Amino acid sequence: MFVPGNNPGMMADAYIYGPDSIMLDLEDSVTMAEKDTARLLVYNALKTIDYGDTEMVVRINPLNTPYGKKDIEAVVKAGVDVIRMPKTETAEEVIEVEREIEKVEKELGCVGRTQIMAAIESALGVVNAYAIATASKRMMGIALGAEDYSANLKTQRTPEGSELLLARETIVVAARAAGIDALDTVYSNLNDMETFRNEVEAIKKLGFDGKSIINPRQIEVVNEVFAPKEKDIQKSLTILAAIKEAEKKGSGVIAVNGKMVDRPVVLRAQRTIDLAIASGILTKEDLQ
Amino acid sequence: MELKNAMAGTLESGDILIQIAPSDVDGLHIELDSTVAYQFGEQIKKVITNTLQELGINKANVKATDKGALDCTIKARVTAAAVRSTGVDVWA
Repeated sequence: MFVPGNNPGMMADAYIYGPDSIMLDLEDSVTMAEKDTARLLVYNALKTIDYGDTEMVVRINPLNTPYGKKDIEAVVKAGVDVIRMPKTETAEEVIEVEREIEKVEKELGCVGRTQIMAAIESALGVVNAYAIATASKRMMGIALGAEDYSANLKTQRTPEGSELLLARETIVVAARAAGIDALDTVYSNLNDMETFRNEVEAIKKLGFDGKSIINPRQIEVVNEVFAPKEKDIQKSLTILAAIKEAEKKGSGVIAVNGKMVDRPVVLRAQRTIDLAIASGILTKEDLQ
Repeated sequence: MELKNAMAGTLESGDILIQIAPSDVDGLHIELDSTVAYQFGEQIKKVITNTLQELGINKANVKATDKGALDCTIKARVTAAAVRSTGVDVWA
């Protein structure tokens, strides 16, 4: 969930709504005149507020602005989990950010602690998606930034999102090939929850791991769409139990309810169970 | 340390507006206006004082208009106002 980095009230309250991840923004939601104060707010909030298990991300300003390096210094010193790079177009940009992160981490004695997420927001970024996704061991995900991307394509966003299809598919494929997460763009019309839900359903089908949101009201819809259905959970539990049993007996291929169960089926079943745990439907104890 | 007039923060809920001005008299002179002054006035002044002293500022007039800011917000706003006032940044 995006939270403006210049709004202390929102930064203090954001975790109450239970997003998986909070992304404090130092970039587009902060005016140039307030970049210095927002950076200090984010630094002190990260150092002080107990966000529990929520993943903490900060979207920094690009390194080719006067703010980028200072943003990295501040948020790494504050112990952020993930730095989100805006408008990433090449692998070299990721390497440059990694170099700055490492400088600060060396000073602190915690090399390797900070992960990187890259937002892809242009045609060039989409073309280079796999190179970006594999540019650093710190890469944990790539995300689509649709507003800038649509503008760069010389088109505009539509409710059905056909203008974003290639970018979305490319990002999912690149993320999967790199073994990292694929995260979808925001949907900013809070008064149209139906289109929002359709969009979340569509991006889930494409293979995305999650969706960026701008308001706590959107959390419930994303969780509902991404949470696996009871029928699928039971089926997955049966498959995983059967495969465990087969491994014990040393047999490779098995059948459950008359259907062959091979590796892709097991991986899908495991993913369903992982999602059920992430959505709070199952606990790890339930699986013991 | 040479100071000039500077401010940081807003009057939105959960925030604090800090104004720093040079002073002719030694010490930190803090004027606090807060909706929670009765319960937290001393604590807010303590955070302001500690933050300024850590930055080497011991002689200033400070006006703080608080709208229920957390300690971390007070610290951030005081630091930002101090950096603007002295021109000395806290980042490398």
